[in-house]
Amino acid sequence: MENKNATTIVVLSGDMDKVFAAFTIAAASAAAGMDTTLFFTFWGVKAIQKGTLTGKGFMARMLGIINRGGINRLGPSKFNFGGIGRWMFKKMMAQKGVVPLEELRQSCIDLGVHFLACKTSMDVMEIRREDLIDEVEDVVGAAKMMKDAANSSVHFFI
Amino acid sequence: MDIKVDVTQDSIGQMCPMPIVQLAKNMRKMQPGQVLEVRADDEGAHADIPAWCEQTGNEFLGEEGIDGYVKYYVRKRA
Repeated sequence: MENKNATTIVVLSGDMDKVFAAFTIAAASAAAGMDTTLFFTFWGVKAIQKGTLTGKGFMARMLGIINRGGINRLGPSKFNFGGIGRWMFKKMMAQKGVVPLEELRQSCIDLGVHFLACKTSMDVMEIRREDLIDEVEDVVGAAKMMKDAANSSVHFFI
Repeated sequence: MDIKVDVTQDSIGQMCPMPIVQLAKNMRKMQPGQVLEVRADDEGAHADIPAWCEQTGNEFLGEEGIDGYVKYYVRKRA
């Protein structure tokens, strides 16, 4: 049960820059042989959505349109300017040889990083399991995340 | 540097964390005692590769600066 060579990362943010940090840390952690878990909650769920339209009720459907999920729809936390900032950052990062966010997420998957999604966030925003990428291992509550966090030596909240 | 290299990794043009991601992937496929040569021009690799070795218990054999990039040598632990 005790596994101190582990990292847990709570990803609350759905901003490109912050999700980038989360996946970078997760990749480095898994590369170092640590058991690594990412727990996506609230805006962070965007990063593991397929990009399909979500929501059944009126308000959830509106949210699903203005806050549509999918890794390539994440914008920077500053200077997004309705998508121009996102385009600019992607271009600048590509010029410097920085890997695209989706590829970085794939590297995490390849290295065996565990992806968990927050049940409450999904209920509130009416996001279904099938709206998430297949690599998400489970949809869980805070207790599961706490158990993993308690058994890890490194914990981040992003 | 006179080191017998078993596997070569080209990370030229890659930035953090990809050289380390590839390093970890390559090392998983290698046999204990084999040597990996990582070619990288990201200056972060200078600190990252020895740190990765220290954390994972693999042996950092050294580095060699070539024109425009650096060769790092890592031996998989027995």
